[in-house]
Amino acid sequence: MSTAGLRFTESHEWVKIDGDNAVMGLSDYAQHELGDIVFVELPEEGATVAPGDVLATVESVKSVSEMYTPVNGEVIEVNNDLEDSPDLINSDPYGEGWLVKVKLTDAAEIDALMSDDEYEAHTKG
Amino acid sequence: MSVDTGVVRTALYDRHVAAEARIVDFAGYAMPIHYRGIVDEHRRVRETAGMFDVSHMGEFYLSGPSALETLERITTNRAAALVDGRVQYSAMCYESGGFIDDLLVYRLGEEFMLVVNAANKAKDLDWVTSHLLPDTDFRDASDETALIALQGPRSEDVLEAVGGGAFSSLGYYYAARGEVAGRDALVSRTGYTGEDGFEIYCDPDDATAIWDALLDGGAPFDVEPVGLGCRDTLRLEMGYALYGNDIDDTRTPAEAGLMWITKLKKGDFIGRDAIVAKREAGLTERLIGFEIEGRGVPRHGHEIVAGDETVGIVTSGTFSPSLERGIGMGYVAVGTDGPIEIAVRNRRLKAVLVDLPFYKHGSVRRA
Repeated sequence: MSTAGLRFTESHEWVKIDGDNAVMGLSDYAQHELGDIVFVELPEEGATVAPGDVLATVESVKSVSEMYTPVNGEVIEVNNDLEDSPDLINSDPYGEGWLVKVKLTDAAEIDALMSDDEYEAHTKG
Repeated sequence: MSVDTGVVRTALYDRHVAAEARIVDFAGYAMPIHYRGIVDEHRRVRETAGMFDVSHMGEFYLSGPSALETLERITTNRAAALVDGRVQYSAMCYESGGFIDDLLVYRLGEEFMLVVNAANKAKDLDWVTSHLLPDTDFRDASDETALIALQGPRSEDVLEAVGGGAFSSLGYYYAARGEVAGRDALVSRTGYTGEDGFEIYCDPDDATAIWDALLDGGAPFDVEPVGLGCRDTLRLEMGYALYGNDIDDTRTPAEAGLMWITKLKKGDFIGRDAIVAKREAGLTERLIGFEIEGRGVPRHGHEIVAGDETVGIVTSGTFSPSLERGIGMGYVAVGTDGPIEIAVRNRRLKAVLVDLPFYKHGSVRRA
């Protein structure tokens, strides 16, 4: 699966810019670490979020993990398909397994994040 | 077994690496948590058959004229009831009644084999060897014993396919020596999953040959290697206690629901007086099972709440692949019987007390 153009955080979120908006999800590395995902708790649409805020809680058979937003913005859409099929995060982490869409306050915040190559080096470090 | 960077590798380590298992340090052993995924492996064991490497378990032998007497003194179950080839679930307790460990006891001719938890091996060894009666001999065979647990409804077919047909006649919780894939082994019809199955003890030098043969010969029965991750979800669906979670040195058999392996009438044993006193004083808490209504997964350490009151604590919790919901066990105040809630982070999960086991369709044989 291609990760070209995606930006990554050290805590294993990915961000894809779509105009003024950013789609976010968990990296392939993260879903592997978590194992079979069985529940996802998503934020309310309309919620205002700031870097470091918990955006979603992702629960696998063996552990629970939190997804953070690296940017400021407003939640404009959440992936409701994950309610019935949380395993989409395992099977298609960069596609159907996306979690949240945020309207960005400042698109320039994205520049501080890692490129896919930098992220790959980070996970292997 | 070989030691590398402080973490012990079992004889099957290379097989786990080759199969791309996710390997973690478990009680000082490099053990496979899963190969393909916990849910997939869990279903494999419930539906066909799975193979666990559980070589990290400890094996002790007691022998000599007073071995039985030693065993009666240090374990809670009635060791004298063990006929040759019989296996028994038992426990060792401190004088306080608190658990040192839970274990299996095998009677093999004039010897007894004790199978103990990996994390407790050193502590158990100290305890057992310091409580040997004169004329009881002790041997720690842990490092010269590999253990493969073959579990699932097709286990008998898999074992037959590798020349282990003689073990098909073994009753539940019986053991016999014989050959598996042409190698010497001790095989018992035991397990920790709720499914029919066998535990195969062998020389570490024979472990890979037996492992490979089971995989090849068992292919028509869809056998696959499975990891410790699903061992935990399988045992919890059966309501089986796990040492360190559901039982430990602060809990006694009385509140843990393990009086069925605690024979107060057999005579004195270490911990008996404390357990009797506790029962006479009246229990204040007991181990229960609960299911989550709706979404969410309970975990070890979460509080159990009824109304505004904390009534207990979760000792084991997981997502049940068979029931497709959160399940857990925990200690609650005696008298708790209404609806409960589990305090999970910033919210509460509604739960209901249920009878154990959670999963009632296992193929496990009853004696």
